[in-house]
Amino acid sequence: MSDTLGTDTAIDRQSQGAARAGDAATPPSPAARRRGRGRMRLEIAVLSGPAILVFVAFVIFPVVLAAYYGFYRWKGYGPPTDWVGLDNYRLILTDPAFQDVLWHSLLILVFSLVIQGPLAIGLAILLNQRIRGRALIRVLIFVPYIISEVIVGTGWSLMLQSTGAANDLLKHIGLGSWQQDWIADPKLALWTLMAIISWKYIGFAVILMLAGLQSIPEELFEAAAIDGASYWQIQRRITLPLLGPTIRIWAFLSIIGSLQLFDLVYIIWGQYVSGTAGTSTMAIYMVAQGRSAGSYGYGSAVAVVMFLISLVVALIYQRFVLRRDLRGAVTEGVS
Amino acid sequence: MSARTDTWSSSGVREKATRRGWGPGGGLGLGRGAGRGRGAGGGHGKPEKWGSPVVYFVALLFIAVCVAPVLYMVLGGFRTNAQITTSPAGLPHPFVTSNYTDVLKSNRFWGEFANSVIVALASTVGIVILGLMVSFVIARYDFKFKGAMYSLFAAGLMFPLVIAITPLYIVIKDLGLIDSLVGVIIPQIAFGLPTTVIILVPFLRAIPKEIEEAATIDGTSRLGFFFRMVMPLSLPGVVTVGILAFIGSWNNYVLPLYILNSDANFTLPLGVQAFSSQYSQDTAKVLAFTSLAMLPALVFFSIFQKRIVGGLTGAVKG
Repeated sequence: MSDTLGTDTAIDRQSQGAARAGDAATPPSPAARRRGRGRMRLEIAVLSGPAILVFVAFVIFPVVLAAYYGFYRWKGYGPPTDWVGLDNYRLILTDPAFQDVLWHSLLILVFSLVIQGPLAIGLAILLNQRIRGRALIRVLIFVPYIISEVIVGTGWSLMLQSTGAANDLLKHIGLGSWQQDWIADPKLALWTLMAIISWKYIGFAVILMLAGLQSIPEELFEAAAIDGASYWQIQRRITLPLLGPTIRIWAFLSIIGSLQLFDLVYIIWGQYVSGTAGTSTMAIYMVAQGRSAGSYGYGSAVAVVMFLISLVVALIYQRFVLRRDLRGAVTEGVS
Repeated sequence: MSARTDTWSSSGVREKATRRGWGPGGGLGLGRGAGRGRGAGGGHGKPEKWGSPVVYFVALLFIAVCVAPVLYMVLGGFRTNAQITTSPAGLPHPFVTSNYTDVLKSNRFWGEFANSVIVALASTVGIVILGLMVSFVIARYDFKFKGAMYSLFAAGLMFPLVIAITPLYIVIKDLGLIDSLVGVIIPQIAFGLPTTVIILVPFLRAIPKEIEEAATIDGTSRLGFFFRMVMPLSLPGVVTVGILAFIGSWNNYVLPLYILNSDANFTLPLGVQAFSSQYSQDTAKVLAFTSLAMLPALVFFSIFQKRIVGGLTGAVKG
């Protein structure tokens, strides 16, 4: 490769360019083609090298490392030596606390889909009509999504304290008996979390659905209307099926997001209260049992379990749900 | 903003513009210019342009739900703690600006602000440059491992930062980058690449082959083509990716939480959390600090919102 670099003169480049341009008419000589291929390889290496290096070193390698550390009891200092085999995994899977967080994560996953999905589709269909101020609406409903989890968490936890604005508001509108300890009450906390999650992420869902609606050719609606289809028939027979790819991709993103949920719970409940209030997630468990407890081996094993759960869910989802549209929808994108 | 959005003009243009309204960024300005200046009252003559009142009612309700908590935080910063204690859900009466001015006068806020800006800008630049280069290779070169390379990055979508954080912390520690902004920037670049590749590859693929051939005939090398043609032509995609990277970095919490220890190196999300636990009795000031911390992301978003939504549209539509 280095000699290609050495002989790479302007003339060389030109002849190579000419050879490529004339591909159809006269095939370039084998030597020229070899030189062209060498140069191409160099370009590929130079252009993709840095990205691949950074990506492998800081994304792939840590995940592989987690699998390795997961077999050790390890406090994070020096190389791990105390090999415990599958003990960490056995502990995780039999720990009632992990079963709790697994259950919470599952509930969050299901309720995120069930609450946000229909609501977002309905709102998108409604907002897709020709109304004034659509651009402004679009900005405003996206605001909760743009604000960081930390700020959302700080703001909501202030509002939802027992002496906070939410309870005060209830008192003012004559619903004083509805006042609750929204955050600490274990019967309510998970629903409080679901409400905050829905508030934070529904704008994203609506925007995605609106984008999906925009890709449905208007002629279809017109043709259906001419054929005498009612509004509801049009929505059911045309909008929903054609919105399918968008819905399925949104659901995929939502599922992966639910399985990773950390920031909001950590900010509002913290790693200890979330345990008693019943809002702790797998990631909270990972941080509490791993870094906070100084058990990096155990924390890594939890990360591996989380990763495997996400991977299995993702693969099943892709295999059975996304198979049809993943190619056309995500990978081909704008083209 | 509202005056600009309320200005659809004649029905033909309007129809096109409306269709474009949610579409990829570029088209937005086109249908609008003609009607600009008519103002919000322009539609009275033809009521059908307004659509059903039910739609507006639901839209307003939805917007109120989305915005009210944010407004509460911003307005709460203009109250005193006494006001907040006696009537938590009330409005500022009288307006006090001291909470905001105190925060704006503090070195603490500006130090964290500067850290956030440095981290976000460096991450964005890194993500855009590395992402654009590798996307160009995947989109425009023919070689054996092209598909594998794309799958590698696409698979990265399934490795969110949270999962990798424990071992990532150890990697960063071994590199001696704990408690330094670089230790946050580099992993953020790495974790930003998958989205970038997925958004940019289709953009770059869509550049017509003829342009590349013409450039080749004119004696431009493929790298010359990259710098002179690809960069400008893929600008919309690059802007989308850059904004997502910037906001993602601005809001990132887990990584700084693990990597940054000393107050002087905190970014704003860590700063908000530290501030709110330190001044837990001073709710008004916490609200002011929090509101100021979210402002940059919001401003950034409102300037570039067409691009963000356009980018999402591009990534999703079939």
